[in-house]
Amino acid sequence: MADLTTDFIGIKSPNPFWLASAPPTDKEYNVRRAFEAGWGGVVWKTLGEDGPPVVNVNGPRYGAIWGADRRLLGLNNIELITDRPLHVNLQEIKSVKQDYPDRAMIVSLMVPCVEEAWKAILPLVEETGADGVELNFGCPHGMSERGMGSAVGQVPEYIEMVTRWVKQNTRMPCIVKLTPNITDIRKPAAAAKAGGADAVSLINTINSITSVNLDLFAPEPTIDGKGAHGGYCGPAVKPIALNMVAEIARSADLRGLPISGIGGVTTWRDAAEYLAMGAGNVQVCTAAMTYGFKIVQEMISGLSDYLDSKGMHSPADLVGRAVPNTSDWQHLNLNYISKAKINQDLCISCGRCYAACEDTSHQAIAMSENRVFTVKDDECVACNLCINVCPVENCITMEQMAPGTTDPRTGKIVEADYGNWTTHPNNPNRVAAE
Amino acid sequence: MSANALTPGIAAGRLHSDDLHQNFADLHPPLGQHEAQVAADRCYFCHDAPCVTACPTAIDIPLFIRQIATGTPEAAAKTILSQNILGGMCARVCPTETLCEQACVRETAEGKPVVIGQLQRHATDTLQAKAGHPFSRAAPTGRRIAVVGAGPAGLACAHRLAMKGHDVVVFDARPKAGGLNEYGIASYKSTNDFAQAEVNWLLGIGGITLQHGQALGRDITLAGLQADYDAVFLGIGLGGVNALATEGEEKTGVLDAVDFIADLRQATDLAAVPIGRDVVVIGGGMTAIDAAVQAKLLGALNVTLVYRRGRARMNASPFEQDLAASKGVRIITNAIPVRVLGNGAVREIEFAYTDDTLTPTGDTFRLAADQVFKAIGQTLAGTGLPDIEKGKIATTGTGRTSMAGVWAGGDCAAGGDDLTVTAVAQGRDAAEDIHATLTAEG
Ligand SMILES: Cc1cc2nc3c(=O)[nH]c(=O)nc-3n(C[C@H](O)[C@H](O)[C@H](O)COP(=O)(O)OP(=O)(O)OC[C@H]3O[C@@H](n4cnc5c(N)ncnc54)[C@H](O)[C@@H]3O)c2cc1C
Ligand SMILES: Cc1cc2nc3c(=O)[nH]c(=O)nc-3n(C[C@H](O)[C@H](O)[C@H](O)COP(=O)(O)O)c2cc1C
Ligand code: SF4
Repeated sequence: MADLTTDFIGIKSPNPFWLASAPPTDKEYNVRRAFEAGWGGVVWKTLGEDGPPVVNVNGPRYGAIWGADRRLLGLNNIELITDRPLHVNLQEIKSVKQDYPDRAMIVSLMVPCVEEAWKAILPLVEETGADGVELNFGCPHGMSERGMGSAVGQVPEYIEMVTRWVKQNTRMPCIVKLTPNITDIRKPAAAAKAGGADAVSLINTINSITSVNLDLFAPEPTIDGKGAHGGYCGPAVKPIALNMVAEIARSADLRGLPISGIGGVTTWRDAAEYLAMGAGNVQVCTAAMTYGFKIVQEMISGLSDYLDSKGMHSPADLVGRAVPNTSDWQHLNLNYISKAKINQDLCISCGRCYAACEDTSHQAIAMSENRVFTVKDDECVACNLCINVCPVENCITMEQMAPGTTDPRTGKIVEADYGNWTTHPNNPNRVAAE
Repeated sequence: MSANALTPGIAAGRLHSDDLHQNFADLHPPLGQHEAQVAADRCYFCHDAPCVTACPTAIDIPLFIRQIATGTPEAAAKTILSQNILGGMCARVCPTETLCEQACVRETAEGKPVVIGQLQRHATDTLQAKAGHPFSRAAPTGRRIAVVGAGPAGLACAHRLAMKGHDVVVFDARPKAGGLNEYGIASYKSTNDFAQAEVNWLLGIGGITLQHGQALGRDITLAGLQADYDAVFLGIGLGGVNALATEGEEKTGVLDAVDFIADLRQATDLAAVPIGRDVVVIGGGMTAIDAAVQAKLLGALNVTLVYRRGRARMNASPFEQDLAASKGVRIITNAIPVRVLGNGAVREIEFAYTDDTLTPTGDTFRLAADQVFKAIGQTLAGTGLPDIEKGKIATTGTGRTSMAGVWAGGDCAAGGDDLTVTAVAQGRDAAEDIHATLTAEG
């Protein structure tokens, strides 16, 4: 049995599953329940500076996108940081950490962009016995209008400056949480690194409007006839977050910067993918908000079984395994040729592959009078759209053509050697093949 | 009202009215909004979908299901009704397991088709709950067309003709319109007087006049209609029934299943409908199943359905057979009636076992019977009709008969399946042909 214990920037937790800073971690009651359910750690809901707490809207906070049977696919929120007094949160953090010393307790912070504000709050957090802090430079709504959250996260210079203040004023490890609402995620990550951050976590939520109410002509959620953009999270954002994690993990300049992966982690498999893409652990918000804390049990058993099946002993063995295989387009092998193949025993004759290929792609699927669908190898470009629209798993597969055979589409012999765009004769900027 | 299941002979009120109410409730209760959404999401939106081909009226099923899935059930209803104006009734009575749902690729994949019939009902019910009628008439053509028979064929024909701008008069011998929708379909398939509600909704198009109590051959003649109208459509169904030709058939208690069902359908109080304690139904089609099931639901103690051939040859689908079995109907196959016994009223009926060629094997058996329902097929009734082929009016593909200016469709016409949906298809197609013919004449 794999041991799921994780050491992330010196912070130990019994498993790599942390709850992200959000409503599930907003108070003692929730966090105790989370730890009882088995979560390895939490990032406490973002604290603000001392004084009257922020106030949230009293109308709806969420907008959602659903799939079949109302499966929640994407969630949008306009919630602010904690709206409970600072001292109450600190006292609760201390009490929970005392009772669960083996769990990771990270405190998320967001105070104004002046050093005094950070100097004031950091000792208070240290005093709770928390394991580290996470700087919330990501919240894309509300707080950003006040010059905090993503307003900081979108300016690398501010990130570097604030991170440095934090590192200078506390012994606690510091994670910088990044906003995805930028064009190149490597820039803010580099700024965090330059400021001395121990790790980055990403992503926070993505600017979003989930839907428009077509009777009120206002975005959802609608509050007294008006709506504002919110932050998007949940399964829908995973592909975007995963790419951003990969960008950092692959970057030569940022190599080795620890990453806490966040965004749409819903099952053990999502978590395993983040780890393989270079994250040292994962944080979860929407999945817990959708199904409750118990899901961590599936994540634990799933990851553990997977590691066992791969002969790996701990999550650390998995971290970064997919990074070397994450490449740029120009380095993909253009001599690798495959063709779609339809398994007639599995085919249920829905014809979706035909409609997709005939109407929108390469006219490479033939349909007979009696609804038998077959791939025309001389037209198939191996795009795999047919596979993606086929309702039957594994009914259509991509079959690699053996080197030496002739591709009926191009009439050319399939080459055994690797060859990419950089050396391709059609590339005006080609370089000579080595 | 002290009768119960054990009361001998034929008696009303064997069950409490609450039980009757429950027994005759909707066979498939309507889908709720969310259920419909989930069911609709299962549709793969097949290319050139096989379900469409399998529907005799060729409703664009993937399109209407997608319209439900995207929250526009009324648009879905229009898609359905533009092909099949009785889409509401068909959603309730079509043997979908042998039509659209049999062709569904999810039937192939998982043995669980998309519930097309129930989705169709969801859409049409939603639209028909609203006031108004979704179709409008073309400019008046000044043409008048006589339709004989207000069953599915006649109504579908009349509606399409009215839509094209023609004026239509529909003659029917019975006091209510709807044909077998009103007098034949099993009660639990069409609850809450749906047949009449649907007729009224259909007439909302305008331009259709209904003349009740007008029988062809008694009150009106084909020659008269031909003289007075620009075209005639015959949708008179099958008015006659086959006889058993068995000794003792005339004894009381031996009835035509269709009459029993019609009486049941017209009853205002099910507790007042008399039913035998021991009921025997003879036949193997939908009528036999419906009579047997409804006899059981009324509280008959023993209901036995006896069919002369093997199970596989029964016209009733496996779904219908299972339904009967689940209600407690016993099905005996390979047996033909040879004698009805009893002193004035039926007491017993004797059967002979047969082999697959209907040759008696020599073995016989008797069943106790207070009531015997004959459901061995209906026949075309009437004289002076166009040419007949295999007992029905001979027609071309679009319903033309041997008489100029006379079209026919539905059960009375040759070549159909004796289903509501085929009657609708034939009525509609005949209307299109009548319209094309009249327009070409100029
Ligand atoms: C008991 C029973 C159950 C059935 N269940 C189903 C089912 O579940 N699903 C299914 O798809 N099909 C079912 N069918 C078959 C279906 O009802 C018929 O195929 C369909 O009704 C045929 O429509 P039609 O318009 O041709 O005839 P009908 O519905 O028979 O209508 C004919 C109309 O013509 C009128 N008429 C007859 N003679 C004259 C005359 N001389 N002058 C004036 N008017 C006349 C009648 O009064 C009637 O209104 C069932 C049939 C029966 C008998
Ligand atoms: C209602 C809500 C409130 C959130 N509040 C915070 C917050 O206070 N601080 C923070 O750093 N992130 C906050 N987040 C972002 C989450 O921590 C997380 O980064 C994001 O939801 C993506 O992860 P997920 O797809 O697992 O939900 C919030 C998210 C939600 C849904
Ligand atoms: S989940 Fe529902 S009940 Fe609970 S606070 Fe939100 S709106 Fe209120």
